[in-house]
Amino acid sequence: MEFLNGFVALSNFVLVPAIAYGSQLALGALGVTLIYGILRFSNFAHGDTMAFGAMVTVLVTWWMQSIGISFGPLPTALLALPFGIAGAVLMVLMTDKLVYKFYREKKSKPVILVIVSMGVMFMMNGIVRVIIGPNEQQFRDGERFLIKAREFKNMTGLDEGLAIKSTQAITVVTAAIAVALLFWFLNKTRTGKSMRAYSDNEDLALLSGISPERVVAVTWIIVAALATIAGVLYGLDKSFKPFTYFQLLLPIFASAIVGGLGSPLGAIAGGFVVAFSEVMITYAWKKVLGYWLPETLEPSGLVQLLSTDYKFAVSFMILIVVLLFRPTGLFKGKAY
Amino acid sequence: MERTKNIGLFAIVAGLIVMTGMIQSWNSALLIVNMGLISAIMALGVNLQWGFAGLFNVGVMGFVALGGLATVLVSSDPVGEAWSAGGLGLIAALVLGVLAIIATGFAIKTLPAGRIRFFGATAVLIVGFFIYRAVFDPAVAAIEAINPALQGNIGGLGLPILMAWPIGGVLAAAAAWIIGKTALGLRSDYLAIATLGIAEIVIAIMKNEDWLARGVKNVIGLDRPVAREVDLQQSAEFVDKATQWGFDPVTASSLYVKFSYSLLFTAVLVILLVMAQLSLNSPWGRMMRAIRDNEVAAEAMGKNVTHRHLQIFILGSAICGIAGAMMTTLDGQLTPGTYQPLRYTFLIWVMVIVGGSGNNFGAVLGGFLIWFLWVQVEPLGQWLMNIVTSGMAEDSALRLHLLDSVAHMRLFTMGLILLLVLRFSPRGLIPEK
Amino acid sequence: MSEPFLIGDCMTGGYGNGPDILHGCTIAVDKGEIAVIVGPNGAGKSTAMKAVFGMLNVRDGAVRLDGEDITHLSPQDRVIKGMGFVPQTNNIFASMTVEENLEMGAFIRNDDIRQTMEQIYDLFPILRDKRYQAAGELSGGQRQQVAVGRALMTQPKVLMLDEPTAGVSPIVMDELFDRIIEVARTGIPILMVEQNARQALEIADKGYVLVQGANAHTGSGKDLLADPEVRRSFLGG
Repeated sequence: MEFLNGFVALSNFVLVPAIAYGSQLALGALGVTLIYGILRFSNFAHGDTMAFGAMVTVLVTWWMQSIGISFGPLPTALLALPFGIAGAVLMVLMTDKLVYKFYREKKSKPVILVIVSMGVMFMMNGIVRVIIGPNEQQFRDGERFLIKAREFKNMTGLDEGLAIKSTQAITVVTAAIAVALLFWFLNKTRTGKSMRAYSDNEDLALLSGISPERVVAVTWIIVAALATIAGVLYGLDKSFKPFTYFQLLLPIFASAIVGGLGSPLGAIAGGFVVAFSEVMITYAWKKVLGYWLPETLEPSGLVQLLSTDYKFAVSFMILIVVLLFRPTGLFKGKAY
Repeated sequence: MERTKNIGLFAIVAGLIVMTGMIQSWNSALLIVNMGLISAIMALGVNLQWGFAGLFNVGVMGFVALGGLATVLVSSDPVGEAWSAGGLGLIAALVLGVLAIIATGFAIKTLPAGRIRFFGATAVLIVGFFIYRAVFDPAVAAIEAINPALQGNIGGLGLPILMAWPIGGVLAAAAAWIIGKTALGLRSDYLAIATLGIAEIVIAIMKNEDWLARGVKNVIGLDRPVAREVDLQQSAEFVDKATQWGFDPVTASSLYVKFSYSLLFTAVLVILLVMAQLSLNSPWGRMMRAIRDNEVAAEAMGKNVTHRHLQIFILGSAICGIAGAMMTTLDGQLTPGTYQPLRYTFLIWVMVIVGGSGNNFGAVLGGFLIWFLWVQVEPLGQWLMNIVTSGMAEDSALRLHLLDSVAHMRLFTMGLILLLVLRFSPRGLIPEK
Repeated sequence: MSEPFLIGDCMTGGYGNGPDILHGCTIAVDKGEIAVIVGPNGAGKSTAMKAVFGMLNVRDGAVRLDGEDITHLSPQDRVIKGMGFVPQTNNIFASMTVEENLEMGAFIRNDDIRQTMEQIYDLFPILRDKRYQAAGELSGGQRQQVAVGRALMTQPKVLMLDEPTAGVSPIVMDELFDRIIEVARTGIPILMVEQNARQALEIADKGYVLVQGANAHTGSGKDLLADPEVRRSFLGG
């Protein structure tokens, strides 16, 4: 009984939130890693790309809600998602054409592209805040909970309740679908394989007749889609506030680097590593340990390794550890 | 010819600031000058890292914040009770923390590779961490319990605040050493992300560790290296002089104080600029740039590139630390909440790139020019937007929204400037020779 | 004498705006032939091949394939015209499987490539065994086979190999040469640069000895092997 209670508490406060957060980070990291692998630079503007795509989705969601369209128990935002993706795709393709293409053709050093992406980041940030304002926006609707804590307690008779928000469940399902689609695309379609080839060996890919312009365009489209989905899921789960997306940059990059820059599988693994670390290190274990340890060993303090204010410090520390010991990451990405 | 152009550019910026004085107020103009001086120094530091060594440091704000921290730790009076309550425990805890890290490092070096090393080192780290916390937590709680409304921190050394400036540099240099050791020698992207991380960490620590510098409760009323306005206003001599010049005492005192700071800051800037110029043209400077231009060749010639990069990284960060101490002195208070890592860091990068990367004078020019634009974009934008929306209905939603949005256009404008300069004039206003 | 199938005729040029590396160099290969380019280090052997493939700035002279002048075509366009090129290094997609490498080789084709793939697997049986393995995990000689197989997927009209046995052990080198002869037997002309001059000339129908970017000796493989001057200067007597 005690063990089950402890496990339920663990699930409620650690496992479920970490899995949801991990899915969001994984989607973000996938975008970053694809750009790194194929376009060969770290895109600092990725967070604000997420914000932009999410913003378009929010606006369309509001419009849909105002004319009475709804998705039943699911959030209307899911219906608006394709529009958000389309908006983000247009934005990134335009930025590529106006900004990045020039440096690509000049074969500039990667660090120049990173600086340029910083400029793009602030422009995109400004645009988002002008259009939708800097404040928090709510756009969630539909059923709030998949299962409420009280219901759970009634069902199982345990002391601890497990609440699963519908947004958490949607996050995991949507992320799983997106990832499955992506991997199918990369491994089974001709265009996807050509992208992998281009990432693997650019010169040989060009020799094989693979068109770089096409690869670049498809990459941006996929990245915009992933970023929008990640942004919308995060906004549904927590809240939409333009500033938070920039803050996610650090955990997202940490996830991509931990997994191995350039490796999609690594990005997913990295996302969960970072998410679980962040949640577990800032969680007060007193409750769970109270259930699991015998009376005599019960902790007196909160048993919280780091306060939640240091959440972002966790990603950074993981990053430093990885950079110190294994810069190519878990899945041996690139390290040009 | 080039000399004339450069002098001309500086003259234009000076002219803009003078115009601000005449159109808006001399107070605003001096404010711009002072922050411009500080920004110029930060740009100088960043330019050192980028122009000499091609290092992309995105964590500038972290080193600036450390400089600000130094002002508190150096100049505020020590809080005696806090030290007696928890001082010993605090020091013991920090020593234990360092020991834990050393022990972990030792474990990593001596244990055989593989599972044993991974689990062994992790175990040492975790045990060390818990011991550290066991000593740290009660010490900190005791310190923060002392007069939390006004203090709740350990205070400082009670030294004159001007000493905080070089000490800020030293503190920043120490942090730079740690970060440089871990992140240099890797790809430039990794350095960027790692430095971004350290900035976030430093600022998170400053915001949360109240025992250190009161966290977000802020430390106000810092010591001053120049006279106080209040004292000036009460000095008969000063009031006489002010009226002679045609100013009322309040404005005069304010201007006087700001001007005093300007003199101090200019002195620091000149010293640093001279040092930077000397080192640029020294054999050391030439070697640094040779390394930047062709790392592979330099390595082949036996130059330890990573070691050199570390030197530059530390120096540039130290300069930013000094500027940070200066900035906090100017503010008279330490408010960790206002340090927004990426935003200010980004601004300094715009300064470096617009001014001319690789050129010290370019960095200084960029510092003044971009700071000027940063301050003036908002009132100018408001003015512009008012004209644009003058045709619209007084309370139309669009008009209000557009007027509101001007505040957000500052960063957008800076981003646009950066992209335009990088595209069409990548060497900047005063290019590297 | 009719014109050879592929000829780089009297080529002079260098990289970009750099100095000339080739001076009036001529190399050619005819249908069903194996032509080999040998010479001392720095003689410009790889450069001559790169010139034929379009990776060099050819300032004087021409390159013709099946009678058509291709001097101004880009390398990608020459692939479409029917040239297959196997670079010396970085010639496979290491993170992709053997089969995927072959698929990428045939990227410009729109028809069914399975038959061609079967032919490649017949030519290089070891690749069939390892078709689902990542190419980067294979041994040096096997990787070279993947590289050659990749180039053959476009069913090229001529195959060019840049030092295929570089860095490979002698036993593997023999096997590679056997495979190359097999490929030639299918009718594809092969133009090959080789460091291992003796073994290369033994299987060559035509040999070009280059010295300092110009032709020094030309003849059939057997003749060159027998020529005392060639033997003395760099075959080791």
